Amino acid sequence: MSKLDTLKEQIQEALPDLDFVVAWERGFDPAHATPYHIKEEADLDRMVLDATCAHNLASFLTGFKGKKVGVVVKGCDSRTVVQLMQEKLIDREAVTVFGVPCRGVLDKAKLRRAVDLSRVESLEADETTVRLSANGEEQELPREELVADKCITCRYPNPLEFDHMAGKPLEPVGDEATQCARIEAFEEKPVQERFEFWVGEMDRCIRCYACRNACPLCVCRDHCIGDSRDPHWVSQETDIRNKWMFQLIHASHLAGRCTECGECERACPMDIPVLMFKKKLSSAVKELFNYESGVDPAAIPPLFTFQIDEETINERGW
Amino acid sequence: MPVMDGRELRIVGFLCNWCSYGGADTAGVARFDQPTDLRVVRLPCTGRMDPLFVVKALLSGADGVLVSGCHPRDCHYSEGNFYARRRLEVLKQFLPVTGIDPERFEYTWVSASEGQKWQEVVTKFTERIHRLGPSPAIADAAEKLKAANLG
Repeated sequence: MSKLDTLKEQIQEALPDLDFVVAWERGFDPAHATPYHIKEEADLDRMVLDATCAHNLASFLTGFKGKKVGVVVKGCDSRTVVQLMQEKLIDREAVTVFGVPCRGVLDKAKLRRAVDLSRVESLEADETTVRLSANGEEQELPREELVADKCITCRYPNPLEFDHMAGKPLEPVGDEATQCARIEAFEEKPVQERFEFWVGEMDRCIRCYACRNACPLCVCRDHCIGDSRDPHWVSQETDIRNKWMFQLIHASHLAGRCTECGECERACPMDIPVLMFKKKLSSAVKELFNYESGVDPAAIPPLFTFQIDEETINERGW
Repeated sequence: MPVMDGRELRIVGFLCNWCSYGGADTAGVARFDQPTDLRVVRLPCTGRMDPLFVVKALLSGADGVLVSGCHPRDCHYSEGNFYARRRLEVLKQFLPVTGIDPERFEYTWVSASEGQKWQEVVTKFTERIHRLGPSPAIADAAEKLKAANLG
């Protein structure tokens, strides 16, 4: 039985006790999936499960307070569930988690750069290749060139937190070293070059806040300091400084919390690599406090605690 | 050392009320010579430091930011500086990837009696910032970028 069929069966069984289950259905074309609610058994037929299912469905959970819901999660998304549990933002009892092991999802931006996506007739992806027919043309592309960056170095292909699991667990493909390699290479560039890189990137930002809105852990809603006038952290001006400031606010409010699901970068209409900030923060927190977010629901967040003598902090004796 | 040779730069200092602010006062009362580039913002405790204060200052054109509080274990509120130490260290490690020069930010501990040490800290940090020069202007980089894109 395929992973999808197993999952359908599990959802079908659990559905009577739930208000609805969030899963993916086919989007406007075969290259896109979109989240939808399964309310009754008939809705199950629309469900899809393939490499286009990029959304982190756990993002919706905080909006479903007081309801009994189910959610389908990949390995990375399950870390969001764990993090939300740790921060007591969801009631675990009210959420049924359907886990699926995942071999990586396609990066729409990479796909768009590789092929003209204006008229996609079909898209199929297996372990190594993506077969795509668009604008009357058949194409075969290597899968590894099209999967999202976070998937290339994925350490958690299997859900960490689940009630039902569909499919066999997979071997992780990456480790911490490969995950940090890109950032380390960037950090080795001269500071002026790094500065100009971000000025260029932030210049393109249109301040749509899609990154924040897509973020499963940006839970302040109407109290976001990016919107507030008192305190006035960012002004209404659309200059580079304000956009940059906003991105750094977003990143620093995720220090030690971000589970690197990549929703910010996926949601960005301008393809700005904002996940880089969060990856760096995660690796700094890992290095300093040997802590990883979204792994242990009972863990104490590193910035909520301290040690009197910090062994890993060199205070650069003045 | 009055104004250091050439242009004065803008350094923002976030000092805790109980130790470093007192330390700076001690240095003043003792008439120790200090560079005048530093502008002080007094905080109740370094635990009040939001790392974003530093980011905001540096993005808004400050040439350097110095945070100073009570020595660990000496916090007036027992543990404010322990939390601050963690946050500021994370910030220190975070800055390189943001394109902001981490050398422009430093945190340290100076007690109310350490006037001499305060003088040393300010002098060393100011010298460092002068070596780095004024912080790069976002507008200049944007201009350069625009020219490169057109050409």
